[in-house]
Amino acid sequence: MLKYTLKRFISLILTLFLIATLTFFLMNAVPGDPFALDRDTPQVIRDALNQKYGLDKPVFERYLIYMGNLLKGDFGMSMKFKGQSVVDKVATTMPISAMVGLGGVLVGVLIGVIFGIVAALNNGKTFDFIVIIAAIVGVSIPNFVFATLFQRFFGVTLNVLPVFGYKGLLYLVLPIFAAAMQNIAFYARMLRSSMLDVMNQDYIMTAKSKGLTRKSVIFRHTLRNSLLPLVTSFGPMIAGVLTGNFVIEKIFGIPGIGNAMIMAIQGSDYMMIMGLTIMFSFITVVMYFIVDVLYGVVDPRIRIS
Amino acid sequence: MKKDKNKISQSAQSVSSEKINVTKEMFVSIKEGSLDAEAIKRPSLSYWKDAARRFTKNPIAIIATVLLAIIIIFAIFAPILSPFTYDENNWAISNQSPSVEHPFGTDNLGRDLWVRCWEGARVSLTIGVLVAFVNATIGILYGGISGFVGKALDNVMMRICEVVGAVPQMLWVTILVIILRPGFMPIVIALSATGWIGMARLFRGQVFQIKELEFVMASKSLGTGSIWIIFKHLVPNAMSPIITSMAFAIPGAIFAEAFLSYIGLGLPLPLASWGNLASNGANVFLTYPYQLIYPSLLICVTMLCFTLIGDALRDALDPRMRT
Repeated sequence: MLKYTLKRFISLILTLFLIATLTFFLMNAVPGDPFALDRDTPQVIRDALNQKYGLDKPVFERYLIYMGNLLKGDFGMSMKFKGQSVVDKVATTMPISAMVGLGGVLVGVLIGVIFGIVAALNNGKTFDFIVIIAAIVGVSIPNFVFATLFQRFFGVTLNVLPVFGYKGLLYLVLPIFAAAMQNIAFYARMLRSSMLDVMNQDYIMTAKSKGLTRKSVIFRHTLRNSLLPLVTSFGPMIAGVLTGNFVIEKIFGIPGIGNAMIMAIQGSDYMMIMGLTIMFSFITVVMYFIVDVLYGVVDPRIRIS
Repeated sequence: MKKDKNKISQSAQSVSSEKINVTKEMFVSIKEGSLDAEAIKRPSLSYWKDAARRFTKNPIAIIATVLLAIIIIFAIFAPILSPFTYDENNWAISNQSPSVEHPFGTDNLGRDLWVRCWEGARVSLTIGVLVAFVNATIGILYGGISGFVGKALDNVMMRICEVVGAVPQMLWVTILVIILRPGFMPIVIALSATGWIGMARLFRGQVFQIKELEFVMASKSLGTGSIWIIFKHLVPNAMSPIITSMAFAIPGAIFAEAFLSYIGLGLPLPLASWGNLASNGANVFLTYPYQLIYPSLLICVTMLCFTLIGDALRDALDPRMRT
């Protein structure tokens, strides 16, 4: 186990290094001068700004400085907002994004799994049919459509929930559900098919022949084994928790990390874009690492291969 | 299985319960050897014919295909046949609700949304198909070489995949679009730049299975080159997962384009795509809901068609799904 974790850890460090390098040189390829705004900035001021941000040095020297700073936990400063560092920005926006993201996943998994189970148990009946149709339609509707419809329906027509900004937990209800809709559809479909798959296995027949109660067969034998594909889907989903909600955050005006990224993009705040990208990637890679190690704990076969 | 058994026993019961008078005339004697037991009675079907038969037997697949065909026909002809163009401003008729003259209404600059929606369909569908094809080509080449050569090269190539794939795809896309400046080709390039990884992994897995088979060895011993083997032997045998994954890749690319529009990196106006139409419509949704509804509806229906076709293709192409 220790050897496996160590191996994964070395690969993690290597990945982080390569991502940072790649992002740095990609951002360097962005054409134009970050200080050439729509206003005419005098050359003297531009030179001073370039010097302040170290942009007058050769690329490779800047790369070494940036990597050194990363090692010290300094992801750079905003070029548009004085004194705002990337790390500060992430620290203030991350918790809000995490609430929306994790909320969306939890609500999605919970409701989706329940729908999937009930549909599988009613295989071939009306409820099953409704769930299949709803799930396929649900996957086909982009989350920005759900978000806008929710805003209109709950915020304007019913006027029961706040639709914009963030001044309390109530402001997160609609974004979480908007983010959850596709998850609900996805997990309902997945769990339904995996339940049906397991229900056809021989060990379920054995369990039934042993005379176990229906409840026991469903919960102890069918459900437990049906949940395995759910566990494997967690890895990719964690990446989606962070980046998948850019649009939701923008529509609902949630001051999360996605919104910060959009603002940085629209304001050509290159240092912020670069810092946030590297930060995003680091978080994702570290999450994958944790999930991988946990898999190794859960399933010994993975450690060996 | 259990159900089938029940059915059989039920039908057996119903037959035995009816009283049938069996007479001698009901039997015909057959000379020995007159029947050719070896004869193949049903026409022989190639794999693709069989798949096509199963696909066309699926009513949902047919409906989805017809619907998609209608959308494509409208995308081709609606902009040509309409008296308006997608970039023609007319301040006198800005923000008009749907009418006979403008079936989808007009936007804030008085542009006809009917034409813009179908012009957007052209752009969005082209992006979707182009990206799916580029991804498939790169993915097949990369995954094919990696899987076929194997060993150290495979190790290195898959590590590269891992590093590039570790970063959420939309981040790469965002950075690349910033570098290349928003536009049609930049979006296609950005979506293709990392989108091939999934296909590469999928095809590599297939190659590992297929390359051990005898016909590949036979081809190798005749001195065939790697690229020829990949395209002549490995690709055709891995075609079904490739096609299925491409059917799902197209709506993915259309979604991604819409995402880019929402974060301000979509196609620049006055160009139209479903993404920037929906994102502009969302801004005025409370006052002019139709400006969001029509493009979103088109996106949803198209997604639905591709999802259903993808599902049907998977069922039709995989013989194990045969029922």
